[in-house]
Amino acid sequence: MSDTCCTGGNNVMILACSGGSNVGQLSNQAAVELTREGFGKMFCLAGIGGRLSGFVQSARDVPVMVAIDGCQVGCAKAILANAQVPLQHYLVITDEGIEKNKNFNLEQADIDRVKAAVKRVVGDSGTAGPAAVANGCSCSSC
Amino acid sequence: MEIKVLGPGCSKCKQTEKVVREAVAESGVAANVEKVTDLMKIAGYGVFGTPAVVIDDEVKSVGKIPTKEDVKSWLKK
Repeated sequence: MSDTCCTGGNNVMILACSGGSNVGQLSNQAAVELTREGFGKMFCLAGIGGRLSGFVQSARDVPVMVAIDGCQVGCAKAILANAQVPLQHYLVITDEGIEKNKNFNLEQADIDRVKAAVKRVVGDSGTAGPAAVANGCSCSSC
Repeated sequence: MEIKVLGPGCSKCKQTEKVVREAVAESGVAANVEKVTDLMKIAGYGVFGTPAVVIDDEVKSVGKIPTKEDVKSWLKK
């Protein structure tokens, strides 16, 4: 591996509630697309909910993290609170004017609205590089 | 006590291994320190990045070089 692997860059952890509604799935799809686009890296909220130490400690130690909840029930926020993970940046999709329902045929325009909102709440912190492990390097800052 | 330092071999990972080994030596705790460089094995710990430190299967630190004091405090528990 390269000696320069862990230099420079930043990596935004993206946690989506991925819940069973349109807004839950919008959180998931936005996280997927933001990861593909290199804004950050989607991480496993279920692992944190399961209190697996690698996931919990990763969320505690990451410099920049954004949690996306679909609605005001706030499952992602509650999972982080229960695991004693500080909430950094936070977005509730229904607060962006998207109504919660059970229609899973997501509109690209809504996905794009969520992605823009995530970038807005994260602000200048979102300067992540490509996904690390998938790219052959697992350091946190590539 | 089993300590694993997860990292593919970059400078931060090497520095973390050095800090851990020094902390173990100075604390006098009986511990086996292993460097894990295999990416699939690293991914199995569910860490967001490296370097990471695992003590007796519990992840203690991710994505940063811990201080020697941090490591010594983990060794006491």
